[in-house]
Amino acid sequence: MGDLFPPNWEVLPVLVSPALQTLQMALVGTTQGALLAVPLILLASRNVTRQPWLYYGARAVLNLLRTIPELLYAAILVAAVGIGPFAGILALTVFSLAIVAKLTSESLEAIDPGPMEALEAAGANRLKLVRYAVVPQILPAYLSYTLFVFEINVRVSFVLGLVGAGGIGQLLLTALNLFRYQSATVIILVTLAAVVMIDAISVRVRQAIV
Amino acid sequence: MSREAALIEPGRWKIWAGAGLFAVVFVWSARGVEASLARFIEGLPLLARILVLMLVPDWSWAGRSLSGMVVSVQVALLGTTVGMLLAFPLAFLAARNIAPHPASSYLGKQVLNLIRTFPEIILAIFFVAAYGPGALAGMMAIGLHSTGSLGKLYAEAVETIDPGPLEALRAAGANRIKTFWFAVLPQVMPEFAALSLYRFEINSRAATVLGLVGAGGIGTIMVQALQFRRWEVVGMALIVIIAVVTLIDTASAALRRRLV
Repeated sequence: MGDLFPPNWEVLPVLVSPALQTLQMALVGTTQGALLAVPLILLASRNVTRQPWLYYGARAVLNLLRTIPELLYAAILVAAVGIGPFAGILALTVFSLAIVAKLTSESLEAIDPGPMEALEAAGANRLKLVRYAVVPQILPAYLSYTLFVFEINVRVSFVLGLVGAGGIGQLLLTALNLFRYQSATVIILVTLAAVVMIDAISVRVRQAIV
Repeated sequence: MSREAALIEPGRWKIWAGAGLFAVVFVWSARGVEASLARFIEGLPLLARILVLMLVPDWSWAGRSLSGMVVSVQVALLGTTVGMLLAFPLAFLAARNIAPHPASSYLGKQVLNLIRTFPEIILAIFFVAAYGPGALAGMMAIGLHSTGSLGKLYAEAVETIDPGPLEALRAAGANRIKTFWFAVLPQVMPEFAALSLYRFEINSRAATVLGLVGAGGIGTIMVQALQFRRWEVVGMALIVIIAVVTLIDTASAALRRRLV
């Protein structure tokens, strides 16, 4: 452990671009996951999807996807599509999709049924029902969960590289493999600083939205 | 309708501006990491092929996968226990209403926050470097991270207790230890137990991953299977992970419902 000090600050300028790439991975993965979650949210909500087999099917898929940790997805996808950020983004997408869909569908099941009944009574079709009765009620929760998942993904994206899935973690792995512990210390400190910073920003943004 | 539109209108441009700004950031990010729709579509047949291979698991690996998973669960169990033992005293030092001194509450919270910032997998890499590969390193990584997260949750639970019994005992002349034993502990124990169970659920997932960096358990099998692209073995290990994690989640959730 003593090998970790003093930190080798000379590597700091080299880390800027990988750190940025790591944040970009988190952003792209979360956005894709959140967008792909939309149909699953509707399918996994009892009050929108009336066909039991569709509803239970969607729920089962979401539960299944959630049991596998992000880093495991990343390790599998690295073996499948090769080392690099692409595997990391795919892993983040799948995991974000599962969490956002699960949490949002639970909120959706608790929305006020009034507007939906009113629109149904007025003869609105399913699409209009979703657009005018569901979306306005569920949008704040959806955005808030997406930000929450983004926060998790930022944390995870910094360590995804440890299994080869791109970003700053991959540099950490290289530094450790080459026994450059003093450089590894700086990478870890940058990671911790980034995580703390993003947490603080995310809390502010979530307070502004909800 | 026109009146409603007038009421909605002022905020509208903000939403569109926000969405536009986000789209720009998204495209910039996607370029930065060289992700494109074309690449996703190109990759789909490969991913589908691998998925099909994983869906036909190699059952001859069922036994080894299961014993690997047992080690992972043991790592999670021991790690959670270590976390509970270390978090317990720290939580009382950090809880505002029980802390012996305001400085101890502040300091305790900062220490717990600091511990929590370190991801388990980075801790695992260190412990693997220090103690060699194996379940011990995994247990220590999980134990240390759990100390931070459990300590924070325990402290929050302590801060919400009813001050009534405390005041009553103090008024009756009970000393600090007796007040703690008879007024504080009975109030927090069920919640501590529920929080620890929840942490155990999280840790049993984390333990499966730590093997990827050499910290023992089913992750070790996974790494080897992935190295040799033995997708049927990966599929088998995944089935075991999914089954055991689901079992633990269900059992733990049922227990927690009875506790709180």
